[in-house]
Parts: sequence; structure tokens; C-alpha cells
Amino acid sequence: MSAPSNGSGSRNAGRPAADFGGIALNLAGIVVGVALWWVLTAGGAVGLPPPPDVARKFVELVGNGQLATDIMSSLARVLAGFLLGVTLAVPVGFVMGWYKVARSLIEPYLQFFRMIPPLAIIPLAIVTMGIDETPKIFVIFLASFLAAVVATYQGVISVDRTLINAARVLGAGDLVIFLRVVVPASVPFILVGVRIGLGSAWATLVAAELIAAQTGLGFRMQQAQLYYDLPTIFVSLITIGTLGLAMDRVLLAVERRLTDWQERV
Amino acid sequence: MQPKIVFSNVTRRFDLAGNEFVALDRFSLDVADGEFVTVVGPSGCGKSTALNIAAGLLAPSEGEVLIDGKGVDGPGPERGMIFQQYALFPWLTVRQNVEFGLRIKGEPAARRRETAEHFIDLVGLGHFADALPKMLSGGMKQRCAIARAYAVNPSVLLMDEPFGALDALTRVQLQDQLLETWSRERRTVMFITHDVDEAVYLANRVVVMAARPGRLQEIIEVNLPYPRTEQIRLSPEFTAIRNRVWHAVYHQH
Ligand SMILES: Nc1ncnc2c1ncn2[C@@H]1O[C@H](COP(=O)(O)OP(=O)(O)OP(=O)(O)O)[C@@H](O)[C@H]1O
Ligand SMILES: [Mg+2]
Repeated sequence: MSAPSNGSGSRNAGRPAADFGGIALNLAGIVVGVALWWVLTAGGAVGLPPPPDVARKFVELVGNGQLATDIMSSLARVLAGFLLGVTLAVPVGFVMGWYKVARSLIEPYLQFFRMIPPLAIIPLAIVTMGIDETPKIFVIFLASFLAAVVATYQGVISVDRTLINAARVLGAGDLVIFLRVVVPASVPFILVGVRIGLGSAWATLVAAELIAAQTGLGFRMQQAQLYYDLPTIFVSLITIGTLGLAMDRVLLAVERRLTDWQERV
Repeated sequence: MQPKIVFSNVTRRFDLAGNEFVALDRFSLDVADGEFVTVVGPSGCGKSTALNIAAGLLAPSEGEVLIDGKGVDGPGPERGMIFQQYALFPWLTVRQNVEFGLRIKGEPAARRRETAEHFIDLVGLGHFADALPKMLSGGMKQRCAIARAYAVNPSVLLMDEPFGALDALTRVQLQDQLLETWSRERRTVMFITHDVDEAVYLANRVVVMAARPGRLQEIIEVNLPYPRTEQIRLSPEFTAIRNRVWHAVYHQH
């Protein structure tokens, strides 16, 4: 079947030794990068804070609890919007894939809204929903919904006809075909959509907080910018990247587990 | 005795870019109960179309197919089908694939397991019962598909070039295994192939079809005893029949 395969080769190598080698190289790359950063900023030449300043700021922000508060409010927003988006996207995607009529009805809206950057919705969302959490969650919801719904219905329409026929000749009716063939066959596509959705939710969130928020990692950077507080900006950026990466890795691990049956080339 | 499968003037047209295209033209054939019929013919002569109509996956434009005297209306558990592309559910193990149809029938877990075990052993996949399809070779996948079709106990097996994607050696092994299974658990088999040798080796009768429009060309009896063996394959009688079929397929007008 033609399901998306995730590109990483480490799985196919299958030997733990190869994985350790890869991780060691990853770490080496990070160490070299930080060293380079240090060298470049040590003389104050580049105008950026050197690693120790950022580390000190990090300890300070962890100590006074501010970083934790920011992380919590950012994560709460992104998870709320993302979960709502994906929860709605999966059934809508299935309906669109399964019923041609529904697809034709919904598709124009999807294609249209996909062309609008979610951030461009913010002014409208603030005017109609107020300035509290709702508009931010709504924008994240929209971003993750659009990414996940397209992947889901692509998954449904690309289910191998032969598998459906095989189920039919074994006596399966529509409901059984849907639950036992279409759903499992679409899982790889859905999970790719969910991962894209999460990436897009996270990106949208931080940008939304830069524009309109009183807490969160984006808001903190925006404040730091006013006071020319570069270490805080660095701490926020590193935190945003690290959290995004961590969430993506968790989803990747889930994806691997759930799609272990796929033939990977 | 009433034939097991009756194709009665089956015609199937397709709409091809606004034009009517006749894929199968008044195709008639009786297949006796327990008979092994193979179907050969040039590409596009309507072999799969005929088989899919018998399976109930495709509706005829005219005419009808009767199974045990009853008109076909959709797929049914008395007709099993085996596809060229194996069509195993890749997320299920061999055992779960074989149990798929039994589960739909609503058989209790213990019975299901027992039946599945029986057919998995019959096709020689005993050691791979808990393997996923991705771990199987092409020949093993097709054996699993055969076990899955047998498990729901169909009285008719419809096979569409089941060994088409396999290498010559695996193909011969699976032919022998199929015949052995067929002699033990007698079913009516309709088997499509491109391979004239395969068609003669397996069949009671070889149905030769012609293209444009897809239609019946000739039916050739294979008066060779079962079990078929290497010796039969090399016999002059086999060669004579093979040549007749070859001629019927490749010298059509
Ligand atoms: N769904 C379809 N729509 C339009 N034309 C079709 C369809 N299915 C089959 N045909 C046409 O009907 C004719 C017979 O097709 P069929 O698949 O039955 O041939 P076949 O004998 O099985 O060929 P092959 O040996 O290549 O598998 C072909 O010309 C094919 O193009
Ligand atoms: Mg065909």
C-alpha cells in the first residue's frame, strides 16, 4: 500500500549500535555548535549574549518560577487548541474520505482557509472573541485542524481498493470495512497529519503570543525585546525549540509503534 | 447434476471516455461442482471482469451468474477470492488475517483459533502464525491468502492470477500445494492465469478467451489423471494439450 513512510533510516538499520553512533554524533554536533557560539560571542563582537549569560538567565528564570509559568501557559494553549483541532479533524476527514458528497461540500472551505495564514485570523478572532484565551486557542485549533483534516481524508481515499474487496469477499459489510480496514489503513496518514498539525500549532502559538498575550513564552520574548534583554530572548527561543522537538519526538515514537506493520523500504 | 457456477450470457460494458466499451461479450460457461477450471487469454480479454462478476464485486450489464442455481448479488461467504496482489491486511498477523472472515461470521474465539490453525498448517505457515505480512516472502503471503480464503469454508474459489508475481520455482511448489489442498478439501476452483503450462497442469478444463470484445474462444479438456506430477508435466500427452491451448491463445482471429 502507498502509505507515507517516515524517512529516518535508523529504524531500518535495526541495530542498537547504529543508533548509539547516531546519538553520539548528534551530541557532538550540539557541543561543537555551542562552542562556536561561545567563541563568536566571547569578545562581544557579534553583539549577542555568550552561553554563560544565557545559562545564568536560565537559572534565574527557573528559580523565580517565571519560566515554569510561561511554559505552562504556552503548553496549555497549544494542547487545548491542538487536541480540539485533531479531535475534530479525524472524524471530519473520515466523513470527507468516505462520502463523496461531503467531500465536495467541505473541500472548497478547506482549500480556502488553508490559504489564510492562521495568524491573519487573529484580528478577527480578537474582535469577535475578546482578548482572553479563546482567540489564541481558536487560532491554534484552526491551524492544527486544517493540517490534520487533509491528511486524514487523503488517508481514507488512498486505502487500497484490493484490501476493501478482500474484506468484502470475506463477508464484511460497510461498517466492518470502515472499522477494520479503512481506519487501520489510514492510521499512518492520520499520524503524519497529527504531527504536521502539532508543528503548525506550536508555530502559530508563539506568534500569537507575540501579538496578544499577557503570559507565555512568546509574550516573555516580546517583553524582553522592550528592555533589550537578549539572554531572556535566548532562553525563550531555546525553550520553544526544545519543547517543540520533544513533542514531535513523542509523536514520532507513538507513530512508530502504531505503524510498525508497515513495510519500510 | 446442477452445475456449481453458471455464466449465462454475461455481458459487461464500460464507459470509456464517453464510448461504450465491451469488456465481456455474452460469456457463457458451466463449471461442475468440484471442478478445477483455468482461464487463459490475451491481456484485456475480460478474464478479471468475468471473475469479479462471479465474485459479486462487479455487476454484469446483461446476463447473470448463478451459483448453485441462485443469482449472484454481491459477494458471499460461499465464494472465496484470491488476488494477485495477495491483499493481506498488513496490520494483522498471519493468524489474524486467516481469522478475519471467521470473526465476521461471528464464530467464537476458540473455534476461530482452531480453524485458523488448521488452515495455517495446511499451507505450511505454522511457524509464522504470529508474523506480520511484511516479514513474509511473496509465496508465503499468497499461501496465507489461500488459508484465509479456505478458512471461511467457501464452496467456490475464485483466483485471479494468484501466482503471477512469483518466481518459477515458488510457482511450481504452490501449484502442487494448491492441487493437494484441492484434493483434500474439494472445492470448485476458477483460476485465471497467463501461463499456459500452469493452466494445463492444474485444470480439468482450460477455458480460452479472446479479446476485443472479450469472449469465450474455446474450451479444452485436460484428460490427465490427478495427482498431477513432474512425470505428467513431461509427458507427450501434456505437451500435446499444452500446444493446443497455446495455439488457441496465440492464433486467434
Ligand atoms: N473499471 C473499468 N473501467 C473501464 N474499463 C475497464 C474497467 N475494468 C476493466 N476494463 C476494461 O475491460 C477490459 C477487460 O479487462 P480485464 O481486467 O477483465 O482483463 P483481463 O483479461 O483480466 O486482463 P489481464 O490479463 O491484463 O489482467 C480491458 O480492456 C479493460 O481496459
Ligand atoms: Mg486481470
